[in-house]
Amino acid sequence: MSSNNKHIILKTNNLSIGYKTKKEENCIAANINLSIEKGKFVAIMGKNGIGKSTLLRTLSKVQKPLKGTVTINNKKLSSYTNLELSTTLSLVLTERLPLSQLTVFELVALGRQPYTNWVDKLTKEHLKKILWAIEQTEITHLKEKRFHELSDGQLQRVLIARALAQDTEIIILDEPTAHLDIHHTFKVFSLLKKLVETTGKTIIISTHEVNIALQLADEFILLTENKLHSGTSKELIEKNAFDELFPKELISFNKTLEQFVIKKK
Amino acid sequence: MNSTKTNINYFTLLIVLLFVFAFLNISLGSISIPFDEILNSLLGKTVSKESWNTIIINYRLPKTITAILVGSGLAISGLLMQTLFRNPLAGPFVLGISSGASLGVALLILGSSIFGGFLASSVFSNWATAVAASLGSFLVLLAVIAAANKIRNTMSILIIGLMFGSLTSAVISVLTYFSEAEQIQQYMFWSFGSLGNLTWNELSIFSIIYFISISCILFVIKPLNSLLLGENYAKSLGINIKKSRNIILLITSLLTGVITAFSGPIAFVGIAVPHIAKMIFSSSNHKLLIPASAIIGAIILLICDSFAQLPTSEFTLPINAITSLFGAPVVIWLLIRKKKIYV
Repeated sequence: MSSNNKHIILKTNNLSIGYKTKKEENCIAANINLSIEKGKFVAIMGKNGIGKSTLLRTLSKVQKPLKGTVTINNKKLSSYTNLELSTTLSLVLTERLPLSQLTVFELVALGRQPYTNWVDKLTKEHLKKILWAIEQTEITHLKEKRFHELSDGQLQRVLIARALAQDTEIIILDEPTAHLDIHHTFKVFSLLKKLVETTGKTIIISTHEVNIALQLADEFILLTENKLHSGTSKELIEKNAFDELFPKELISFNKTLEQFVIKKK
Repeated sequence: MNSTKTNINYFTLLIVLLFVFAFLNISLGSISIPFDEILNSLLGKTVSKESWNTIIINYRLPKTITAILVGSGLAISGLLMQTLFRNPLAGPFVLGISSGASLGVALLILGSSIFGGFLASSVFSNWATAVAASLGSFLVLLAVIAAANKIRNTMSILIIGLMFGSLTSAVISVLTYFSEAEQIQQYMFWSFGSLGNLTWNELSIFSIIYFISISCILFVIKPLNSLLLGENYAKSLGINIKKSRNIILLITSLLTGVITAFSGPIAFVGIAVPHIAKMIFSSSNHKLLIPASAIIGAIILLICDSFAQLPTSEFTLPINAITSLFGAPVVIWLLIRKKKIYV
């Protein structure tokens, strides 16, 4: 492997993730060592409750690691200020937005906040970036709508547009296709794939859509009970890593199809 | 672009209304004074009766200005709290600041009969009440900010504020129980709210604190807008949540503290006016909502005060009752019509 030529944008070093209360530490996963290359579409997969969201929250500084470090562009995540990080990493979260009367345009425009002046004035430059983000995500016709009037699929694209307007090297999305039907799931996935290819951004998502992710993502991070695997689908297939993802009674991984299939009795 | 135009129209209309109602407010009172004489007096020209001049300059004008400051201040505080807590039911008083002020005043008025001594001998001036109220609200403010810095979850601050509120009202109940009727009445009068008791000296202190707090809002315009997406998104947009939260709490506490100190706890305006502004402008952008709430708040309090000061009668109804009597139906009507309620 010619790892010297690779531009590693995000790295973790013996990272332990989980939750800390005064009495005890609830460690979800320990000793995570990841290197994510610039310009890749990375999918984090694993069953419910295994810690996908916790990992993403830790990588994006929403919560603190229990142990170890995260480095972005060779700089420790903990030494980033909120403002510095906001120009490097943008987020699309699963949490519901509070009910307000923001329009789609205003919501996307909020992505420019790290760059605007103290009264949040949108210069021509900002407007150009906002309109570009709106165009890329194909939501131009929704611009004047209030975000709470949108369907889940539309809202997801709007949130991606907001992250695009933020113009960061890394975009992290927590289950961007939850609640979406298969058509809209494909739409979101292919949008993300297109963005990685055309903009060179690094996109990291967590997802349950294993079969779609297998077709479109460049690299995978598999969270299993005992171990964490990462690599391309080929590398992971060779290691039989996909077999560990789910309990074997119901689902198995078909190597020739490169898909998960239901076991026939 | 079209909507910018409509917004400018709305603002022009609101500002015209503000001036109309301010003038109307000055011209209404227990003694009827001809319009042209009022204008003369306001413009500094000679007025045919010296007493009219005194009434207008020393009594009605300060009252009108107070109404504008109180109305706009409460409306802005309410808006800030609704956004900070992302809760449409929040208002300026959720932090317990006014309860603190009430407790201060209750201790001064009711406490005098119980503890006697120097409290009883202290002169009951506006100043004494204002100082007691300010001290009370300042102490609660310190407590709230101390709590806010210990607690990560913003929603918990809301509950702590409510707890402060019920604690102080419990103490006030105990005080009332042991007080004499005269003192209780005096306290009741204070709690009815009043806009008309301020001298120019008091008003200048009031306005200084008011304008200091208002100008601090400029520092939180951006955080207020990104908080509309929730704290995690705001943080990912580069906002320092703790700092912004403290500034917002400080502005609200100063405003509600000084307002309660000088004019008593005035209900309704703080919760309802931001919703009226949100409905008229159908926007959540604070660059729009802050000035809009301020003007609408001022207008509504001017109207309420004009009603309270029944024309040509000697009586002044409690402003606190008027604001609720007038406002609650308006809000209910707006909500039924619009159905949705926004943060």
